[in-house]
Amino acid sequence: MMEIKQLSKKYGQKKVVQDITVPIRKGEMTACIGPNGAGKSTLLEMVSKLIPSDTGEIYIDGGEIRTWKQNELAKRLSVLKQSNIMSMRLTIKELVSFGRFPYTKGRLNQHCYNVIEKSLNYMGLNELSNQYINTLSGGQLQRAMIAMVLAQDTDYILLDEPLNNLDMKYSVQMMKTMRGMVDDLGKTVITVIHDINFAAAYADNIIAMKEGKLFGSGTVDEMVTKEIIEELFEINIDIIEKESKKFVLYY
Amino acid sequence: MEKIGFFSLLVCSILISLLVGAEDITFIELFSPNELQKIILFSLRIPRTLSLLLAGATLAVSGVLMQQLTQNKFVSPTTAGTMDSARLGIILSMILFNQSSLLHKTLFAFIFSIAGTLIFVSFLNSVKLKSSIMIPLVGLMYGNVVGAIGTFLAYQHDLIQNATAWLQGNFSLISSNNYQLIFLVFPLMIIIYLFSHYFSVMNLGKDQVTSLGVPFLILEILVIIIISIATSAVILTAGNVPFIGVIIPNLISMKQGDHFKKVLFPTAYFGGLFLVVCDIFARVIIAPYEVPVSLIVGIIGTGLFLFLLLKGEQL
Repeated sequence: MMEIKQLSKKYGQKKVVQDITVPIRKGEMTACIGPNGAGKSTLLEMVSKLIPSDTGEIYIDGGEIRTWKQNELAKRLSVLKQSNIMSMRLTIKELVSFGRFPYTKGRLNQHCYNVIEKSLNYMGLNELSNQYINTLSGGQLQRAMIAMVLAQDTDYILLDEPLNNLDMKYSVQMMKTMRGMVDDLGKTVITVIHDINFAAAYADNIIAMKEGKLFGSGTVDEMVTKEIIEELFEINIDIIEKESKKFVLYY
Repeated sequence: MEKIGFFSLLVCSILISLLVGAEDITFIELFSPNELQKIILFSLRIPRTLSLLLAGATLAVSGVLMQQLTQNKFVSPTTAGTMDSARLGIILSMILFNQSSLLHKTLFAFIFSIAGTLIFVSFLNSVKLKSSIMIPLVGLMYGNVVGAIGTFLAYQHDLIQNATAWLQGNFSLISSNNYQLIFLVFPLMIIIYLFSHYFSVMNLGKDQVTSLGVPFLILEILVIIIISIATSAVILTAGNVPFIGVIIPNLISMKQGDHFKKVLFPTAYFGGLFLVVCDIFARVIIAPYEVPVSLIVGIIGTGLFLFLLLKGEQL
């Protein structure tokens, strides 16, 4: 269970995140949506302790994150930021083995090798594991990065715009992988997603943000309604229901 | 097999480096030198060869460390203002203290190179440059500005000859009296080896490193201090040898990748070997006179680099 309480962040005079209080349920996928500049990524950065919050608290499994040591937090929570431009020539295996760093500081033991192997398997990267990451396609690189996060073996996984630069095929693949991480591996996934339909189809819960404030939160059914989405994005939309799934039609 | 080949290459280069010079020594004489040859060997050739090996290894490793820190393949002590800042420090120490001792120069070079590199790295952190090629270009310009301040001060205080000496790497003045500072790099190398696990993850970038539970800022400062001491030691022993820190790591990276722990030894090894070989050329090309080794490094290095760039992956 993760709880965000009255969280705020200012850059200069600009309030990027204002007074956000929201619970995040364990073992489910929560998608963070909202227009550009709503403060979604900033929220994720604060939750993962990459940047400090100005006021407010974040509790992870009962402990406030400021009381967590960075290294201990790294065993509970991992984060993958958008746009990882990798110019460095690492093999996929080397990259994934970095995920074990919080546990062994780079001195890999047998357990590490097992976890790395499993992560590679899970992401279907076994045959590519000796390829250099700067030779990979966008989709493959994203999978390799996720494999690294999986090797970190944390309960909470934060993904900032994981669909960035992916085509339809890889986007669907990525969403299925994220769903699988929740359903098969029992992870709690929190992600920022721009495509509202992917969020509606794959996530359990939605946090909607607008201009730094919490616009609303709840299950997908509660949140994906014509009124809420129209007001959130300030455009006209239609909601189509097909096979009990909701689709947002916008153009 | 490959290892034996590279090892004998190093042994051969070291031997040649011991034998070649204004006063040639034959291989047989090496084992039964006369009095003059003894003096040449122990007070000139051995210190010189050792300095070359250590300086080359240090510069190459410093380069690769900086590249991992900034995730940019073209950053090195030459292209980040470290060298020029160290030189400015040395010039200032000579201006401030009339009888400036080696300790003064070392301290000043060290402090200035730390400050200079910190300024450059914090500049990189605050200004997100889009193109990776911009970073070394900005670094070179920054280095030139710092270098110009140094040269200006040197002109004002009649130190220009000294200042130019440090601008050009030259191992011809090394003797058993003045090369001990280079041994400073031994403890540095040990520290680098001990922390190599940490340095390996560094190239994931600040955010990803932080999320792995590593305090990036501490790592950053540690790297800058190590590089500054290393650069100061080299510049005070022999002078500025440019671009080894770019050429060698990039060559190694083409074959071995960028996992720091994996490339640490090859980089140090080939850095040392490369500088020894370049210095042999510097000694024989207009024998019995010498050209500065930095000239040879520049020529061979650029050629090698271009060749490998064009050949790319196949190697």
